[in-house]
Amino acid sequence: MNKNSNTYQIVYAAIMVLLVGSVLAFVYMALKPKQDENIANDKRAQILSAINIESNEAELKDNFNKYIVADYIVDDKGEIADSAANSAFNVNMKSNIKQANRVLPVYKSVLADGQVKYILPVYGAGLWGPIWGYVAVNDDGNTIFGTSFSHEGETPGLGARITENEFKAQFVGKKIMKEGAFKSVEVVKKGQKSLDGADYVDAISGATITSRGVGSMIAHCLSSYEPFLKKLAASNNQLNSQEE
Amino acid sequence: MLSKQNKEVLFNPFSKDNPVLVQILGICSTLAVTAKLEPAIVMGMSVIAVMAFSNVIISLIRSTIPTTIRIIVQLVVVAALVIVVQQFLIAYDYDVSRQLSVFIGLIITNCILMGRLEAFALNNRPWPSFLDGIGNGLGYTIILVIVAFFRELLGSGTLFGYQVIPQFCYDHGYMNNGLMILPPMALITVACIIWVHRARNKDLQEK
Repeated sequence: MNKNSNTYQIVYAAIMVLLVGSVLAFVYMALKPKQDENIANDKRAQILSAINIESNEAELKDNFNKYIVADYIVDDKGEIADSAANSAFNVNMKSNIKQANRVLPVYKSVLADGQVKYILPVYGAGLWGPIWGYVAVNDDGNTIFGTSFSHEGETPGLGARITENEFKAQFVGKKIMKEGAFKSVEVVKKGQKSLDGADYVDAISGATITSRGVGSMIAHCLSSYEPFLKKLAASNNQLNSQEE
Repeated sequence: MLSKQNKEVLFNPFSKDNPVLVQILGICSTLAVTAKLEPAIVMGMSVIAVMAFSNVIISLIRSTIPTTIRIIVQLVVVAALVIVVQQFLIAYDYDVSRQLSVFIGLIITNCILMGRLEAFALNNRPWPSFLDGIGNGLGYTIILVIVAFFRELLGSGTLFGYQVIPQFCYDHGYMNNGLMILPPMALITVACIIWVHRARNKDLQEK
C-alpha cells in the first residue's frame, strides 16, 4: 500500500483522531467524579481557612458541616434572597463576577466558642490569571476576622505568596467600613499609607501586580455587600444596646 | 533483557548525552518549574511517563505512519498522553496539579519529547524506545531536581516546604535571596551545572 497517497493519509489521520478522542473522553468521564470532589473539597478547605480552621482530608467534610451552619444568597439590599442548602456553595464565582447583577453568596459560620462569622467570597485578577479568596467578617459587619487567598498561576515565591499565612494574617482586625461608609482594605507598598484613610496592609515586594489585584479584588467584590454589612452592623448595635 | 546496547540507551542520557546539559533542550520548563522541589519532581515524573509511553506508541506504529504527516501524528500522541497525565493529577494529586497549573500542559511543547520521537522511536523497536524514554526523562528530572534544590534552599530557605535554614541565621541578618526565585537565576544555575559537567567531561568540550 502506498503510505504517501492522499487517501491513506486522510484515512490514517481520521482514524487516529477518532481513537485518541474516544480515549480522552473515556478518561475524562472516568475521572470526573473524583476531580469534582477534589475541587469541592479544595473550596471547603479554603472557606474554612478564612476562619483559621485547617483540617486534613479526613476531617474536612465533618469540619465544614460543623462550622459552616448556613449558606445563602443576599440581594443588593442586604436581604436574604435564597437560603436553599448549598445555594452559596454552588455559585461559580468565575461566571458570577462578570454578570451585571450578580448574586452575593454568604457563608454563615459559628465557631467553637459561639462567635458568629460571615464569610464572603471574592474573585479577581492577578498577574497571570485569576485569583480568588474568602474574607471572614465579624458579626459587627466591619472587622475582618480572617482571610484566605488562592490563585491559578501566580509566580511561585512571588505572587503565589498571597496564599501564605504571613500575608493573610495582616488582614486580621482591619476595618472594611470607616464612619459608616464602605472603604475596603487597601494593599499598598511597604512603608506607604492609604491615601483616603482606609485601613491597609503591606503588599508583597516583587509581586506588585498580584498585590494590587488582591486590593482591587477586595474593594470590588466587597463593595456589593455594603448593604448587607450595614444591616449586620445595625442589628449588632441593637443587640449591644439591649444588653446594656 | 538489558543488552549492552540497551544499557547505553538507558544510561547515556544521565550524563554524556543529557538532554538538558548537552543537547540544551527543555530549558524553558527547567526555568519555570524549579522554584520549589516538589513541583519539580512531579513535573519530572510526568515527563518520564509521557516520554516513555509516547516513545513506545510511536515505535509500535512506526511502520504505518505516513512520513509526510509524522510530526502531526507524534504531536497528537504526545498531546493525548499529556492530557491523560493532567487529568490523573487533578483526580489524585490536586494540590500539585494546581501548583504546576499550565506547565503540565506545556509538556506538549517540550522539545526533548519531539526530539526523542524523531531521532529514536521512529527507527527503533518498542523496548529500546521505552528505555530511551525513561533514560531521557530521568536525565531531565535529575537536572530539575538539582536546580530546584539550590533555588528552593537559597531562595526560600526551605526544602520540600520544610524550613532548613535555622531561625538564628535570620536573626543575625541572613536574608533569603529573592533573585533565586526568578527565572534568570534558574538559567544561571543551569549554566553553572553545565560548566561543572563540561569541566569534568573533557570529551564534551569543543576545540
